[in-house]
Amino acid sequence: MSYTFDFSFLWTYWPQFLAGAWLTLQLSAISTVFGCILGTLCAIGRADGPRWLKWVIASYVEIIRNTPFLIQIFLIYFGFAMAGLKVSANFAAVAALVINIGAYTCEIVRAGLQSIHRSQVEAATCLGLSQVQTYWHVIVRPAIERVYPALTSQYVLLMLASSITSQISAEELTAIANRIQSETFRALETYIVAGVIYILLSFIVRAAFFLFGQLIFPRRRKLGTTI
Amino acid sequence: MSAVVSLRDVHKSFGAVEVLKGVTFDVGPGEVTAVIGASGSGKSTALRCVNALETINSGEITVCGHKIHDPALDRRALRRDVGIVFQSYNLFPHLTVEQNIMLAPRSVKKLSKSDARALAHEVLEKVGLADKAESYPEQLSGGQAQRVAIARSLAMKPKLMLFDEVTSALDPQLTGEVLRVMEDLARGGMSMVLVTHEMAFARRVANKVVFMHKGKVQEEGPGAMLENPQSQELRAFLSNGL
Amino acid sequence: MMPLNLAQFEYLAHGALWTVGLSLIAFVGGSVLGFIVALGRISTNRLIRLAAATWIQIIQGTPLLVLLFLLYFGIAILGFDKLPAIISAGAALTVYSSAFLAEIWRGCLQSVPKTQWEAADCLGLNRFQRMFQVILPQALKIATPPTVGFLVQIIKNTSLASVIGFIELAQAGKVVNNAIFEPLPIFLIVACFYFAMCFPLSMWSRSLERKLHVGSR
Ligand SMILES: Nc1ncnc2c1ncn2[C@@H]1O[C@H](COP(=O)(O)OP(=O)(O)OP(=O)(O)O)[C@@H](O)[C@H]1O
Ligand SMILES: [Mg+2]
Repeated sequence: MSYTFDFSFLWTYWPQFLAGAWLTLQLSAISTVFGCILGTLCAIGRADGPRWLKWVIASYVEIIRNTPFLIQIFLIYFGFAMAGLKVSANFAAVAALVINIGAYTCEIVRAGLQSIHRSQVEAATCLGLSQVQTYWHVIVRPAIERVYPALTSQYVLLMLASSITSQISAEELTAIANRIQSETFRALETYIVAGVIYILLSFIVRAAFFLFGQLIFPRRRKLGTTI
Repeated sequence: MSAVVSLRDVHKSFGAVEVLKGVTFDVGPGEVTAVIGASGSGKSTALRCVNALETINSGEITVCGHKIHDPALDRRALRRDVGIVFQSYNLFPHLTVEQNIMLAPRSVKKLSKSDARALAHEVLEKVGLADKAESYPEQLSGGQAQRVAIARSLAMKPKLMLFDEVTSALDPQLTGEVLRVMEDLARGGMSMVLVTHEMAFARRVANKVVFMHKGKVQEEGPGAMLENPQSQELRAFLSNGL
Repeated sequence: MMPLNLAQFEYLAHGALWTVGLSLIAFVGGSVLGFIVALGRISTNRLIRLAAATWIQIIQGTPLLVLLFLLYFGIAILGFDKLPAIISAGAALTVYSSAFLAEIWRGCLQSVPKTQWEAADCLGLNRFQRMFQVILPQALKIATPPTVGFLVQIIKNTSLASVIGFIELAQAGKVVNNAIFEPLPIFLIVACFYFAMCFPLSMWSRSLERKLHVGSR
């Protein structure tokens, strides 16, 4: 074997890698925000909603968690097309990512909600807090704080899964890498570079979650432990 | 002057098990009533009924003018008048001591942040923990946590305080500091109902002792009743219950 | 209105069989490699610990899609470009699974109380005996539910092998779609196939977990 690595194409292509990485981050960030909202609402609905809603959410969660993201994204992409809606690949990508991560978030947050002891709710009601106030201050907030590490891991996986949106030609990092390797014929080098960038991106996502956690969970900042 | 709390022939069942079998007693304004009795006799259940945490099957309970047995009861109004402290503190672990205390005044009474903070420090002063405002519950000893729980209830300026075995999870030396806070409160004229195993404390502080046995009030009277029990059951309880 | 004829449906079913096959390869390969990495993570040797941790960090920080491309092109460049796609797909999934299984199992090994390790030591068991006769039997019970749960991830992840042309279920779906262009019904059927494989495993994992919790109470 006499393969010599040649990374010289990077001189021309690094702006494209950067653009791809930037789009990956953007797709992930938007999906993270909406996925968090969707997942938390679903968790609440599944814990305390009417029977039919619980059932709908449970089905949604099970369907998403037991089918591959690749198939989900095809269905959503072609679904938009069949419905006569012209949407960009990026939009379809975000829609698929949000629907996907929403289900995982729902399960994680639900576990957090279930871990809050009844006595906490009782204490809050006895202090005269309304149902909504109790729900927010005593159930949802500490629940999310408790499952925050699990959420962090899941959202790193989300960022990595966004690579699959290259399959509907969203121009994120993996799609860019695919194009670069077909132009340069330096496939191995191209994917090594892409891999390294993804590793950096996962550190960035982790760091962002850590800093955000420090910001919104003062208890964490002060004691460094999880509840 | 009408009673702050009055129970009239209260019945309460969990499924097929009748836990309260016609409980009747009153608590006058500024009075301290100690409820004693063997484990399982229904003390906690009675206390929880007073705060509408359990729905009663029959009978009448009136608390600070609120009719607990009335289906149209305004629970939030009731809870503005009644504070309750549990054996297990039930502080909110994700909030500091100060935030634990400020939460209800801010959410329920819509106090400004600075007013709520001033109030928190006032009640913390009362329980001797002004220096712990910034701590989190897990950083407190059991006795301190329980005093914070008391302070948290006091911040709502209740007309009546309920205590359910607030010292039974504590070491003897920590029990003292909590009992002292409760004694101060009693001397300050707070109406109180406390379920307790501390007989000496009941004798010293309570105006009235209610002895419950198998879901009924077996005997009731002034603290001195403990020195001179009338019923066989109370005598038995006092001799081996301690 | 069934858009697929019987032959096409059979083609999908055949793809599903390959999905199962590839999953098994990934699971077995990932288990062997993952177990070694898990042992490395709790090794007394700092260098080995570091190497294992680095392996996990790198693999868990790279998308499976990129790993697939890397191995696909890497194996070709090594001169084995005539090898069937299942080799690179199996290799990539093995590598990928090893990192995740290693992390799961490390947690399980470490959740066996320290006193058990010490007790085994004090009885004069050697490292091998300690691991296989004392620690593993205990860790195995805790490890089963998350491992079965990860099996679901593996099955779903095999769908990505389609990008290097391996004809498993997802790729079979694409092939049929290229013939008749009815993406929605085709991929719905494909999704049903996946669901039929994954859902029972998910349920099993959950019931195992419940039993474990009841048992430990
Ligand atoms: N939520 C409930 N569901 C069913 N049974 C209950 C419930 N709460 C209490 N009980 C039962 O009611 C009886 C009285 O309980 P209660 O807690 O009032 O006793 P207690 O006098 O406070 O005892 P202790 O001194 O142990 O606290 C017990 O037999 C208990 O098992
Ligand atoms: Mg009790």
